[in-house]
Formats: sequence, C-alpha cells, structure tokens
Amino acid sequence: MTRRSAESRVPAIFVVPAGLGLAILLLPLAGLVARAPWTRLGEILASDGVLTALRLSLVTASVATVICLVCGIPLAWILARSRFRGRSLLRGLVTVPLVLPPVIGGIALLVAFGRGGIVGQWLETATGTTLPFTTAAVVLAQTFVAMPFLVIAVEGALRGSDRRYEDVAATLGASSWTIFRRVTLPAVAPGVLAGAVLCWARALGEFGATITFAGSFPGVTRTLPIEAYTAIGAGDAETAIVLSLVMITVAVAVLAALRDRWVVRG
Amino acid sequence: MSPSPEKRHDDTCPAFAVHTNRKRSITTPVAGWLLPIGLHCKGAAAALAAVVAVAVGAAACGSAGASDQVTVLAAVSLAGPFTELADEYPGDDEIALSFGASSALVEQLRAGARADVLATADTHTMSRAADAGLVTGDPLVFARNALVLAVPRGNPGGVSGLADLSRDDLRIALCEPQVPCGAAAERMLAMAGVDARPDTLEADARDTAGKLALGEVDAALIYRTDVTSAMETVEVPPDVEVVTEYLIAVVAGAPNPSGAEEFVAAVTGEAGRRVLLEAGFGTP
Repeated sequence: MTRRSAESRVPAIFVVPAGLGLAILLLPLAGLVARAPWTRLGEILASDGVLTALRLSLVTASVATVICLVCGIPLAWILARSRFRGRSLLRGLVTVPLVLPPVIGGIALLVAFGRGGIVGQWLETATGTTLPFTTAAVVLAQTFVAMPFLVIAVEGALRGSDRRYEDVAATLGASSWTIFRRVTLPAVAPGVLAGAVLCWARALGEFGATITFAGSFPGVTRTLPIEAYTAIGAGDAETAIVLSLVMITVAVAVLAALRDRWVVRG
Repeated sequence: MSPSPEKRHDDTCPAFAVHTNRKRSITTPVAGWLLPIGLHCKGAAAALAAVVAVAVGAAACGSAGASDQVTVLAAVSLAGPFTELADEYPGDDEIALSFGASSALVEQLRAGARADVLATADTHTMSRAADAGLVTGDPLVFARNALVLAVPRGNPGGVSGLADLSRDDLRIALCEPQVPCGAAAERMLAMAGVDARPDTLEADARDTAGKLALGEVDAALIYRTDVTSAMETVEVPPDVEVVTEYLIAVVAGAPNPSGAEEFVAAVTGEAGRRVLLEAGFGTP
C-alpha cells in the first residue's frame, strides 16, 4: 500500500466535489436521525403495525434467502465451472433483476404468476389457488430481486478458489457431489456467507416488486418498507421515520458484518 | 438539520419534475411525498445545478419562473379531468400537476413542498390541511363522486352484492383506511353491516382500480369515475351509498398566488365543470 504518498497528493480540485458527494450520501441519513421522534421511539416500535411488519419482513427475507441459497449455489457453480454455449448470455440473464427497476419486476411477476399469467393460469386450474396477495408472493418477489446478489458472490468465490484440491479429490476417487460437498463448498464458504447476507438485506429492503405483485395487507404482505410507505401516505411521518431508522440500522449491521470483504479498511 | 418544515425547501430546486409540454408537467407519483418541490428549473443544466443546490442548501434557481407556473397537488382520482383541463388551460400559466393520495399530498405540504393549489378527495383531508395552516381561505367544494362495488368484466367471482366482500374465497382490494377512498369504503361497509375480508389495502384509489383492471382481484370498492371498460359495477342498495366531496384551496405561501386563484376559478368555473362532468363527476 502506498497510503502515505497518496494522502499527501489529494488534488485541491477534488475537495469540493468529494465533499458534495459525501453530503448527498449522508445528509438524508442525518436528516432522519435529526427528525426522529426519539422520545416516542419505543412506543412506535412496539406498536402492532410495526411489530407485525417486522416479523413478516424477517420471516419472508429469511425464507427467500434459503431459496436463493438452494437454487443460487448450483446456478453459480454451473456459471463458474461448466462450459457450454451461451454461458455468458445465461450469466447476463441471471443478473437482469439487478438492473431492472423493482416495479417492473413486479409487473413481470404479475404477468407470469398472476391470475391471467402463463404460470398463474395453470397454477389456478391445477391447485385452485393464486399467488398474488399471499405471503408466498412476497417471498417470490424477494427471491426474484435478491438471487442475483447471491449468484454473483458465489460465482466470484468459485472462480477465485484453488481448483487443485478438487483435482486431488477427484484422483482419489471422490464423486463430483462429494467433491462439491467436502472440498469446494468449505473453500468458498466465506463467499457464500457474504452473498447470503447481501441477499438477505436486499430481500428485507424489497419494496417495488412486492407492492406491485403481492399488494399490501397487514401480517400477510405488508413488509417493513411497505409499512413505511403506507405510513407516509397516511400522513404518519413519525412511524415512517422510525421504520426508516430500523432499515438503516439493519443496513449498517450488514456493512459491519461484511466489512472485511466489501469495505477496504485504511 | 431540523429546519422548520415550511421553510425547508425554499430556494432549492430539485430536478424531479418532468416537463412534458408547455402547458403541463407531471411528476412521478411513486416517491410522491417529496417530489413536487420547486418546479421552476428548465433544462438539464438547471437540473444538474438543482441536485447540487439540494446538497448544499444553496439557491440555484431564480424566481423569474415563479410567476408563470401553477403547481397543483391533486387526488389521483382527479388525474383524468385535471390533465385535460391543464392541456386546454385558458390562462397564460403553465400547469404542473402532481397526483397522489390526498392524505399523502397533505403530508407533502407539511414537509415543505412548494405548491400553489391543493385538491383533495374528501373533506377530512382538506380540514387536516386547513387545521395545520397549510391552505388559505375557505376551501371550495367543486366536485362529487360516488363509491361503487366494481368487478372485472364478466364478474368471474360471481359477486352479487356488498355481502360478498366477506367471502374468503374471493380476492378483494380496498383502499388503505387513512386515504379518502378507504375511509369512504369503511363508511359504506359499516352502513351495510358487512365485515369485509380484503386481501390488499392499496395506497391510493388508482392502485386499487389498477388491481381490478388487471383482473387480479374479484371485487373492489372504487370511485365511479375510475370504472373502465375492463370492469362492470354491481348495484348496492341506495341507503348505503357513499358520496364524496372534492375540495380545492390555495396553498398557504404559494409561490404564485394569483395564478393559483386563477386555476381554482377555472376548476370551479365553466371549463372545470365541463371536464369534470365528462369524466363522470357530479358538480355543485
């Protein structure tokens, strides 16, 4: 590291734009902290609406993360290790939800899994149920937006891992499943964990796809971000601010948990 | 960091407004509660300057533009007639429209949004604005609407009356009780003695009508004016009918008070009455 020489050479022209950038990033957060109703914090946090939304958010984000792990790790392995035509196209497609506006994701989910949707129609005739407005729809929306985070993190870890251990295991007669379970997975465990934490945080913060596809009903589909949006729409700014603080606390905790992997410490 | 809410956005000019034409500009409704703040910037350079202005709290826009624009915050159910009125507005001013749930609009004003006119979908939200000193003068009733029981065309759920809203096997959408359409729905259900089992409580009247238009719900209580060709209505007994009143007022501290008065006169006058009647509203 060349910290010392870099520090002494900050071009003067950088100071103003860097300060502005910092202000844009931090002023909104400072504003929330300043406007927060600290004296009523406990009371608002303990209210039925907030607790119900918090519980729903924690459960759905965790279930979505498990689904992302179960489906995302194999997907990441295929993208990292196997060779086939169209692999880069597949990788591109997997990451589409990353850049897609979540509301558009919600419309896409509605068109596919809604009542009139391709899968939804079939689901209704086969099982008699429909997905929209159910907790399952919340989990599906969260999985849709969060899985790319996991796939990208795990694929990166797989590409960076030393494959010689896997080769040795193979020469010793281990099956490909055993190699994956006993050699590959332990080697990329930190990457999987980081991916899972990011994935969980993204699922917890999911709003646009959820409100479009799953609607908003307390205890069933109204997650923390939707509760905050409903509160501000109903004129209850205090609750909205408290909910925002909860989400920021979670975000900061996630960054702290991942600090060694994602934030370079000077 | 805790300036008085009414003053907070003065002299700043965020780049949220999208000017669609000379007469009318529309702001994105989703993040609506903090959007319609100072709509006087023109062009990309001004927009960029505005972002900087927000960051440092400096003035980036002159007040020259303030005299030729009227910023109107209106209930979403007014989107049709108000857009039409803005398109053929007789005055010289440019009309900037921003739609949202009435309760959300009042919250925007409370947070310091710069606007000239407020139009709400019920008396309750307008009184909240008046009580908080956010509007001046006496709000005027300019339109009436009615709540209807609507179903997708073909009535797939076989809905025959309000009592069906308590059926568990149906998908039902209502507005959130704190917004006017939800408050009206609560009144209607209470009068009919129906314990409704909604599957979703939407943030505004347009979202509720949207879920119905998509056919994702079997029934919803929406405004008569939001019924489209993709829907049909199911009759409710006249004794539980809910009629809502729309009120309009000039915002306290409006940047363009004379333009605001002129717009209110247009809405309550001949031009406004015509577009409102065409859209299915009742007028006083």
